[in-house]
Parts: sequence; C-alpha cells; structure tokens
Amino acid sequence: MTAAQSPLLSVEGLTKNFGGIRAVDSFSFGVGEGSITGIIGPNGAGKTTVFNLVTGIYRPTAGTMLFRGEEIGGDRPDSIVRKGIARTFQNIRLFNRRSCLENVLTPLLQREKCSFTGAMLGTPGARKMEKDLCDKALDLLSDMGLKKYASYQANTLPYGLQRKLEISRALATDPTLLLLDEPAAGMNPEETRSLANLIAEVREKFRVTILLIEHHMDLVMNICSPIIVMNFGTLLARGTPDEIRGNPKVVAAYLGKGKKENERAEG
Amino acid sequence: MDYILSIVVLAGINMIAVLGLSIFTGFTGLFSFGHAAFVAVGAYTSAILTYYYSIPFPLALIAGAAAAGLVSLVIGIPTLRAKLRSDYFAIAILGFGEAFRVILENLEITNGARGLPGIDNFTTLPIVVVCLAGSVLIARNFLRSRWGAACIAIREDPIAAEMAGVRLFQTRLLSLAVSAVYCGLSGGLLAHFLSFIQPVMFTLLQSTQLLAAVIAGGMGSISGPLIASFVFIALPEALRVAQMWRLVAYGLLLVLIMVYRPQGLMGYSELSSFFRKKTGVQGGQKQ
Repeated sequence: MTAAQSPLLSVEGLTKNFGGIRAVDSFSFGVGEGSITGIIGPNGAGKTTVFNLVTGIYRPTAGTMLFRGEEIGGDRPDSIVRKGIARTFQNIRLFNRRSCLENVLTPLLQREKCSFTGAMLGTPGARKMEKDLCDKALDLLSDMGLKKYASYQANTLPYGLQRKLEISRALATDPTLLLLDEPAAGMNPEETRSLANLIAEVREKFRVTILLIEHHMDLVMNICSPIIVMNFGTLLARGTPDEIRGNPKVVAAYLGKGKKENERAEG
Repeated sequence: MDYILSIVVLAGINMIAVLGLSIFTGFTGLFSFGHAAFVAVGAYTSAILTYYYSIPFPLALIAGAAAAGLVSLVIGIPTLRAKLRSDYFAIAILGFGEAFRVILENLEITNGARGLPGIDNFTTLPIVVVCLAGSVLIARNFLRSRWGAACIAIREDPIAAEMAGVRLFQTRLLSLAVSAVYCGLSGGLLAHFLSFIQPVMFTLLQSTQLLAAVIAGGMGSISGPLIASFVFIALPEALRVAQMWRLVAYGLLLVLIMVYRPQGLMGYSELSSFFRKKTGVQGGQKQ
C-alpha cells in the first residue's frame, strides 16, 4: 500500500484491441476501498471487456492496472484470484453437474496447502481438513440462504438462486474486490430489490469492495456510488448517482440523440 | 477354469488403464487417442527391468508406472501449456502414440518389432486384485482432493475454474500424469501376465478401446467405466463360439449403449450412490 487514500484498484490508460476494433480505449478509473462502484453504459460500450481485462482473461494491449499498489496486468486469472479479485459472469458459469456444496468447496480447496501423498492415501489429517472445509462451505451457503440446496446439482436450481450460488462461489475465494457482471440480468423488479439488499449485506459481512456492471438503473442508482459511465470504450462520466442522472452527456448516450444535439450537449 | 481366470486377470489389468483414462477424460474433460503409449511405456520398462536386470517384480512395476508418468510430461508440457482445446490435444497425442510405437519398433533393447518373449510370469490374480483395489481407492481419494475438485471444475467450465483459483495448465498436466501412471501400472502387469509383448499390441486401436470403455461407462464415474471395461473384455471371449460374429456383437453393444444411454452406463454417478439413495442418505451433505 502506497498511501491510505490510494484506491484499491486503479486503472490507467487501459486499452484493448480485437484485431482492428478497439473495445477499450485508454480507459482510466479507480475503485475506492469499501465502495460499491457501478459501471454503466450502452450495450457494446466495453464494460465486460474491462472485467475480462481486470481478471486476466484478456491481456491488455496497453495500460496499467494496480491492485493494492501492485501491477496485475498480464497475470494469469488464477493468480489474480489469489491476490484477491473474484468475479461472477454475465451468463452464469457454474460447475453445472456438481452440487452447490461442491461449487463452493472447489475454491475453498484451492486455497488450502495440502500434502499430495496425504490426500491420495486418505490420511486422517487430510480427511479432517476435507471435513472442516465442507463445514466452512456449508456456513457460507447458509450465510447466503442456500443451505437447504447444498446437495442439489447446481444446474437444477432456479435462475435467481444460481446467481446467488455464483456469488457464493466467488466469495469462497476470499476476495477483497468482488466484480459482479450484470447480477440482476433477467430478474423482475422484486428480485432486483432483494438482490440490492443482498449485495449491500455481502459488502458488510464479507468486508469486500464491490464493482458491478448493471443495466437496471434503479439498482445502480440505489446502491452504487460512485457510478462510472462508459461509452465506445472510453470514460464518459463519473460521479454520484445524482450527478450522473443530471449529466446531459449520459442522457444523450442512452437515449441516442442526433449528432447535432450531442454537440450541443457537450458545448 | 484357467481360461476364465485368464480373462478375469486380463479384464482386471485393462480396468486399471481404463480407470486412469477415466480420470483424464471423464473427470478432466480431455480426450486422448494415445494412452496405449503409456501402457507400452509401463510394459516395456518393467519387462526390460525384470528381463535384463533381474529387478524384483514390485520394483519393476513401480518403475514402469513412474516411467509412464514421466513420458506423459514430454507430450503434456508442450501441448497442454499451449492451451490447446481438448480436441486438438486428442490429435496431438494420437500422433505421439503412433510415433512412440515406431520408436519401440526400432530400438534394440525392445527387440524391435519382433517383441520381447520369455518375460517372467509374475502377474497373478491376487496381485491384480490388490493393484486394482488400490487404484480405485487412490482414484477416489484423488477426486475428493483439492486436485480432483480442480479437474472436475475444468471439465465443467475452464474459465469459471480459473476464477475459482484453479491453475489450468498444472491441473491438466497432473491429471495426464496420474492417468499415465495408471496406464503404466496396467502395462507392467500385462507384460508379466502375457510374458510376451510387442509394439503392435499398443496401437491406436488399443487407445480407442480404452476411450470407448470410459465413454460407454460414463464420463465422470469410476464404477461405470470399470463395468464397461470388464464387459468389453469378457463379452468377445464369452461369444467366442459365435466366431467372427462376436466382433459384430461388440460393435452392436457400443452402438446400443450410445443410443440408449448417451451419458454412458452410469452417467455422472456411481454404483454406490444407488445403494445410498435407497437408504435415504445423500452423498456430501451429511454433517
């Protein structure tokens, strides 16, 4: 840590080209520790690409990404996870044919240092560790209200619970920063409200900083501050919900004003 | 009686190799058309050790299994590091398996294409049973462990697995090495049962039969491939009276399984889970 006020994640001049297409264009932003930061923007603005860059799924073409003051650009996804960044996916990615318990247990097991021969021979020590981790996984599931589904196969859960399970699995990696990619996608207003509560709860209980992409404006306006607006791979605006709501550039980007009106809004 | 005994022994030996491939294909989700090469490494290493150097049989078996594991790294490190998709890997290892057989045919110590005759007849039914039981136990422990969970996570979704902290390359390589060790052990037992080995016994056909047993038995099951492997060895023998038609029956059986049980005999579950369900206890959730 360089300074107390330096952000948990700070991204400078992030750029990603796919062939001739520049999906993210010298994009800079920071995520303050303990915040719930929202990223919004029209479809194709490059929001998910930013997530894929931060989590190491893509390699950035240019730019720096500092997490707790340490450069993470070019690291493999699993080592970024170990440094404390976890995520969920826009189209849910669970270990479908495994139980809910096993979905949460897998990341817990990966964090553990254990002896290979001990595990292969099934020594009492290895058995005990497995049991302790199972208990830990069950605790996490009950924190998320999924305990009674522990033995259900993941893809048999209803959609909303699959989202919850995916968040639980991300939390099992013990993250400092949790990235949620459209957590409310496909949810009705009521489910969205309870998700907003859940996200706020998760931040308190697990002491994580949250960065989320979302299209449900009521969710974003209610729980996110600050909000970052992206358009065409660049930063369009950044501010509190009220500032964003009143920003003519943001309104123009969303409602798709004509070119003239855009210029007028900027001028 | 000797005839039936020998079929049971052969089936047991084959089951060990199938078990290994099941870890790699069934649980890690990578296909292989070259695992017969690892059986060959185990067979030749252990046979050469007992034949030329009079090394004790158990030591030779271990050496054969270890050699197979090491050879698997030779093909695994370049191909799995390149993040080749699983179908590309299947082709790469196919080439490796065939190339390896050609090498065996041209080495002096393997006696070339003529093969090694007169290997001591050390493999008995009790030895095979002990090896098979140990293999099943270790496979079960492996799949429960951190590394097995990582393998299954990769099979289910490689990207999600990485985001759960799984090291993609290391885990795939480990899975390959473990499966190769199983195949090597199976090869060592085979050489000392048949007392004669030659390169032509370890071709693409053998690799394919191992894979067929895993797929027909159920990807993601230990017991399914074991049952399939036994049936595939025993059925052609039981039908020997039908002469040439027995191979048709073998093919028909494969087709029928794939049509009526595309997920394999056992799908993703184990034989033991049926007994558990009857008593109302579900696996994994009991505290």
